Amino acid sequence: MTHRLSLIAQALAVAIAAIGIALAPGYLEIFTLMQVTLFAAMAVLSLSLAFIWGYGGILSFGQTAFFGLGGYTYAIAAINFQDSTQGILLAVFIPGVFAAILGYFVFYGRISDVYLGVITLTVTLILFNVINSTSGDEYHIGTAMLGGFNGIPAVPTFNMPFDPESPLSPEASWWATGSILLIVYLGLRLLLASPFGRVVVAVRENETRASLLGYDPRMIRLISFIIGGAVAGLAGALYVNWGAFVGPTIFSLSLSAEIIIWITIGGLGTLLGPVLGCFLIQYIVASIGSQQTFNSNLVLGAVLIVFVLLLPKGLVPTIRDLILRLMAKKPQAGSGVTAGLTAAPGNLHPAGASSHG
Amino acid sequence: MAELTPLLKTEHLTMRFGGVVANDDICFTLQEMELRCLIGPNGAGKSTFFKSLTGQQTPTSGTIAFRGQPITGKLPHEIARMGIGIKTQVPNVFNGLSVRENIWLAARRKATPNGLPKLVASVLDLIRLTPESERIVATLSHGQRQWVEIGMVLAAEPDLILLDEPAAGMTDEETLRTADIIRDINQSRAIVVVEHDMAFIRLIAKTVTVFHQGRVLIEDTVDTVLADQRVRDVYLGKKVAA
Repeated sequence: MTHRLSLIAQALAVAIAAIGIALAPGYLEIFTLMQVTLFAAMAVLSLSLAFIWGYGGILSFGQTAFFGLGGYTYAIAAINFQDSTQGILLAVFIPGVFAAILGYFVFYGRISDVYLGVITLTVTLILFNVINSTSGDEYHIGTAMLGGFNGIPAVPTFNMPFDPESPLSPEASWWATGSILLIVYLGLRLLLASPFGRVVVAVRENETRASLLGYDPRMIRLISFIIGGAVAGLAGALYVNWGAFVGPTIFSLSLSAEIIIWITIGGLGTLLGPVLGCFLIQYIVASIGSQQTFNSNLVLGAVLIVFVLLLPKGLVPTIRDLILRLMAKKPQAGSGVTAGLTAAPGNLHPAGASSHG
Repeated sequence: MAELTPLLKTEHLTMRFGGVVANDDICFTLQEMELRCLIGPNGAGKSTFFKSLTGQQTPTSGTIAFRGQPITGKLPHEIARMGIGIKTQVPNVFNGLSVRENIWLAARRKATPNGLPKLVASVLDLIRLTPESERIVATLSHGQRQWVEIGMVLAAEPDLILLDEPAAGMTDEETLRTADIIRDINQSRAIVVVEHDMAFIRLIAKTVTVFHQGRVLIEDTVDTVLADQRVRDVYLGKKVAA
């Protein structure tokens, strides 16, 4: 019964989110709408790491490598095809392939977690330096000039699928970005509820046990990593669509670090948390940026310290635990299965909260 | 009988860690449906032997064959898929998942979609954790976690079951129950049990293999082995000419 109730609640939440996305342009100023579009694009990036880190246990410091690759792929394809449709598809495909190659060597080479972080970080730096040094007329792919540190300006933005003559208005662009965020979120939720998703979590929980049951942890990790790379690539395309520009700073380390902050604050081991964390932090940074009173990095650091000290689990798990605890006092309690699925490593529910279900 | 392919056969299995020889030239044969106990003092090489059998480490030399198929150097998941299941000495469970999910993950590799819920339910019943099935495994006691792991091994329905100290941390009543379950599953599968508890060994064992300093000291019926002077000396820490 409670399981069905929680499903209904989740379906309601999705419906409300969909309505919110549809109606937002009627209530928001165009400037605010553009900002929210950017936040939503970044939230897709946040989801990509939330999935591979929170559920796959793979801490990649180089999620921006796939993000940037997706952005550049989209820009180059959109300029060459003069149609965003292929660009979006390629922005998912190319980073996915890149993740497959990189992930193959990392996971099948049995490189430990710490080195995975170092390698992903280094790959991001390499990509930055490669793209940064492509200024000059000789560096072009088709008709797209790579532009080195100047980046690629005037990238065609999204148009209706296979109809380059009708580019999207800022409102339609928001609808596209917002819906993609919702679809990626739902897709990952469904994936995690599927048998494959449970195995991904099992490998994170105990790699030895998973392999002794006949699951190949290398394969499971590799597939998760590829999914994460593809989603980050899609986020890159959304980001470039928002700004109509892509430069090598897309491979920046500060952005890589910022994603980790979004997830830490929102709640590792959840999908909703990283989306909320992303919106919250970006909103704070954007507000500070317009006032120039404080340095945004200082505030970001302070917020992170406060969260790590006071809410180490992050926003969403803390709120969820509170709700579960309140519900445990009543006769009917939350479903342990869903609680188990969303539990982060070390993020354990008090026995009392889940045992009365 | 000699013509039959044994379920498990190791020949001259040796495992060295630097200068330490953990397993030395072990020739071990197990027939289908056999129940075997492995005993020996700490450091005798029992767990190391299990690790080689399950692919958690590659032996320095020697071969392991499972139903005539060489499995030496294969990876743990490949060996698991061939039908060897293990309960490790330190409980290896999915701590952050519920009891049911732990069992489900083990069962779904082999069970048909229709038989899966039934299998999970019957294993939960067998390990007596049905009332706790939605609890997160990390919140259970050590003994209950042992049961979860035993349940996972059973749910995977392997042909050969390796149990490394299954009764450790259990109450007397639970130990008796473990012995019952072991005898029960032995009706259809082969089992190798590592244990220190002699009372427990007496409850279940037919044939006992004694490990000492990485070698097989003696292999015989339980009564002969437990009456053997060398075995007594080994357990009392005396020097033995093996």
